[in-house]
Amino acid sequence: MFEGLRAYRLIAGMWVRSSMTYRTSFVVTVVGNLLLTGMDFVGILLMFSQVDSLGGWSLPEVAFLYGLSVTAFGIADLVLGSMDVLGARMRDGSFDVLLVRPVPVLAQVGADRFALRRLGRITQGLAVLGWALSAVDVEWTAAKVLLVPVMVLSGAVIFGAVFVAGAAFQIVAQDAAEVQNAFTYGGTTLLQYPPTVFGKDLVRGVTFTLPLAFVNWVPAAHVLGRPYPVALPGWTTYASPLVAAVCCAAAGLAWRAGLRAYQSTGS
Amino acid sequence: MGAGRLYLAVAVGGFRRYATYRLATAAGVFTNTVFGVILVFTYLALWEERPGLGGYDQAQAVTYVWLGQCLFATLAIQGGGAEKELMERIRTGEVAVDLYRPVDLQLWWLAGDLGRAAFQLLGRGVVPFLFGAVFFPMTLPTDVGRWAAFTVTLVLAAVVSFAIRYLVALSVFWLLDGTGVNQALMIAGVFFSGMLLPLNAFPGAFGEVVRVLPWAAQLQMPADVLMGETGVSGALAFQAGWAVVLLAAGRALQSAATRRVVVQGG
Repeated sequence: MFEGLRAYRLIAGMWVRSSMTYRTSFVVTVVGNLLLTGMDFVGILLMFSQVDSLGGWSLPEVAFLYGLSVTAFGIADLVLGSMDVLGARMRDGSFDVLLVRPVPVLAQVGADRFALRRLGRITQGLAVLGWALSAVDVEWTAAKVLLVPVMVLSGAVIFGAVFVAGAAFQIVAQDAAEVQNAFTYGGTTLLQYPPTVFGKDLVRGVTFTLPLAFVNWVPAAHVLGRPYPVALPGWTTYASPLVAAVCCAAAGLAWRAGLRAYQSTGS
Repeated sequence: MGAGRLYLAVAVGGFRRYATYRLATAAGVFTNTVFGVILVFTYLALWEERPGLGGYDQAQAVTYVWLGQCLFATLAIQGGGAEKELMERIRTGEVAVDLYRPVDLQLWWLAGDLGRAAFQLLGRGVVPFLFGAVFFPMTLPTDVGRWAAFTVTLVLAAVVSFAIRYLVALSVFWLLDGTGVNQALMIAGVFFSGMLLPLNAFPGAFGEVVRVLPWAAQLQMPADVLMGETGVSGALAFQAGWAVVLLAAGRALQSAATRRVVVQGG
């Protein structure tokens, strides 16, 4: 475990040093990343230029969901975001090299092409979250205040688990990186909008089957005092860390199964 | 006649090249469908709140979403078509080989990109669109004439899309690295094509401006022709106008590049 973290730090550090060689290029790509990932919020602003509420939620409330979803996803993307290129390593056979090194494969794959430019997404997510926190109409209690960082961290872990599970799937399916995108990028997009917007079946699906709802929807509905479209017992408001732990376990099992199923191209 | 056959062969090559990756195509279909479902629900909520926004009713807004998912890869709205490869060839200097060929550089790449677009439409675009038509209320015309006009707008949209990306790709002759312009292309493409929201629904004077930019020829025009929201001849003239202007600009930039710039050697 510690060996893996140390290896991750070393590999990530190497990529950071290499990207810092071209300072201007680095700054430009961070700004570009910020603009690119911020476009979804521009879309939301465009919608709210025409209406006062969406699915019964106001702009600050939607911004609260957006900030939480994007920040959590941004952290997972920074730490494990390069896993979506794993399929390419399967095809060209370079995955074999990772297997023979005396370092956990997950640490190597996670830190591969580690890119600080991804701080752009986290930055704009935090900016929107900060604005939302100042603009929402909420009676803040200690528990509600504490829920905010809990949501961001649990959310990051849940998205991280999706990245790892998706990578495991790519070991088997190779060319299917896009399927992973549907759950990672699709997931964070889904969570930017109020749950009341979506069909009941879809909300049930992301609450009970692929529990993305615990990234923000379920706890945020409680913080904002909005009813959640699917009836849930009260303790689920605080269940995000537990859900995150279960997701990690499941993703870990999937990753092991994927590694065992790996067949080299032989080239 | 011989030249026509040559470019047709290049287009067929482009088509077959993308057709090779079946699993990747299936995965793309899945992703476009998922995003379509997410977007449809947000649009339905928006049009619930503001019926008639942008002149669309709910069924038309739904149709717009699925057409957007259908054309997203076809028109390479956020980039990723022929321009990506052309940029790489300019960067490495391999473009010198392209310039040696006794064919027109712009038409060569246009033919290849149209072949790619044709495959992306059939292989990747049609299924999410049909999925949308089956599970959500959509407004689709019943007369053949409208569908025929729509098909022509699609071809013109593909040409305009290529012309924009070709211009961007040529900038690499001077910039040498395409990372920055690619990002700009991606942002402009998604935003100004109306992937976030139909351009009809953009507010005020800003809306007036985005509706006359070339990106409006990509998704907005085919959508409005399909749903009978605009006159066919006007839409075709708008698209053809931008196609001619942008292709001519590409030609001018191309001759400037080949005359003035030293190709990267290696």
